[in-house]
Amino acid sequence: MSGFAFQARLGLGDFRLDAEFAADAPVVALVGPSGSGKTTILRLMAGILKPDAGRIVLGDRVVFDSAKGIDLPARRRAVGLVFQDGLLFPHMSVRQNLLYGAWVRRKGRPAGFERLVGLLELAPLLDRAPHRLSGGERQRVAIGRALLSDPDVLLMDEPVTAIDQEKRAEILPYLETLTRETAIPLLYVSHARAEIERLGAQIIHIERGRAAA
Amino acid sequence: MMSLGLEEWQAIGLTLKVATVAMLGSLPFALGVAWLLSYRSFPGKIAVEALISLPLVLPPVVTGYALLIVLGRHGVIGRFLDQQLGIVLAFRWTGAAVAAGVMGFPFMVRGIRLSFDAIDRDLEWAAATLGAPGWLVFVTVTLPLALPGVLSGAVLAFGRALGEFGATITFVSSIPGETRTIASSIYALLQTPAGDSAVLRLCLVSVALSFTALILSEALIRAGRRRSLR
Repeated sequence: MSGFAFQARLGLGDFRLDAEFAADAPVVALVGPSGSGKTTILRLMAGILKPDAGRIVLGDRVVFDSAKGIDLPARRRAVGLVFQDGLLFPHMSVRQNLLYGAWVRRKGRPAGFERLVGLLELAPLLDRAPHRLSGGERQRVAIGRALLSDPDVLLMDEPVTAIDQEKRAEILPYLETLTRETAIPLLYVSHARAEIERLGAQIIHIERGRAAA
Repeated sequence: MMSLGLEEWQAIGLTLKVATVAMLGSLPFALGVAWLLSYRSFPGKIAVEALISLPLVLPPVVTGYALLIVLGRHGVIGRFLDQQLGIVLAFRWTGAAVAAGVMGFPFMVRGIRLSFDAIDRDLEWAAATLGAPGWLVFVTVTLPLALPGVLSGAVLAFGRALGEFGATITFVSSIPGETRTIASSIYALLQTPAGDSAVLRLCLVSVALSFTALILSEALIRAGRRRSLR
């Protein structure tokens, strides 16, 4: 099985998450209104938040299991996480951002570097600073940075702000290519069901902290 | 009138030495304390914050006396340092650096803490999900992003150390060539007949040094603001 198995309970102030789902399609989409808990699920998977109880399997690895006392730290979860606004390191060039994951693991230039730079059309951007990129370009670099850290799964939070309608449209073709060209399962968080159907995604509905297939 | 005498140069050199050592010596501690205050919550945090700011509001002579009690040759820690390690701080220039460091500490911690507070925690999480252990996240993301605040806090503490008088004179007295800084020279000269022109010269030097430190600190804050805007 190379996909996602998620079961977790978490109370965060007024918000309660109690969700369970399993998915093994190459692309899985978490769909639901804002505030329903989609981003919280990504953060739980990545190890940024900790469930009160539950079990999380990413790819074929158990990264969290409260019954067995398993709780891998974020850096050992092999998760490629793409934040809503990209969150590139502002003090590094695009190239340094892309190579950060390989560098902190003391690996040389990652094998797929040239190919991924090609797929995401990043070559002309490599020496730029993040603040000189457009929103869509930033997002592409963030995807590249996540993939070059050699993850078992890719988790992607969609861009949500108003100006991002275009940005989303710009990103989708790249995601289509990536899911064809890499074997890494993708979990994509989205508001809009229509656009995600284009990726042939298995859809999980999230509503008020609960999941439904 | 405007040429500085030997003793005046000595006081200026000593002041710069004391302030530099005070700044560099307290920097690692300030980084640690600011990190704790910005990133961790723990019982008694508010008391720690108050304790660190205490030198800002206490009469400096009280701080100096406290240093004498704790770090003096017969003090709780001072005796240990003297007998076991052969380190004496009281009435030495190193003691002046300690006094200046303590007085500048609140400024340094504040500058660093504000810049830590301003960092998007998700940037650090991004580094962690890419495989970086905590210390590497700190060195490659937190510290570079906080650098303007760290430097401006350090420069401000340096400026505070330049002007330190009350705690210094209480803890290490005013020994020419050893602990007589610009401020204590000015005070000593004021007690001397015909010291007026030397007082004026040292005052001008003091203003120039402090003004430079403040300008530098402000420039660093602005540089940091520009960087966080883009």
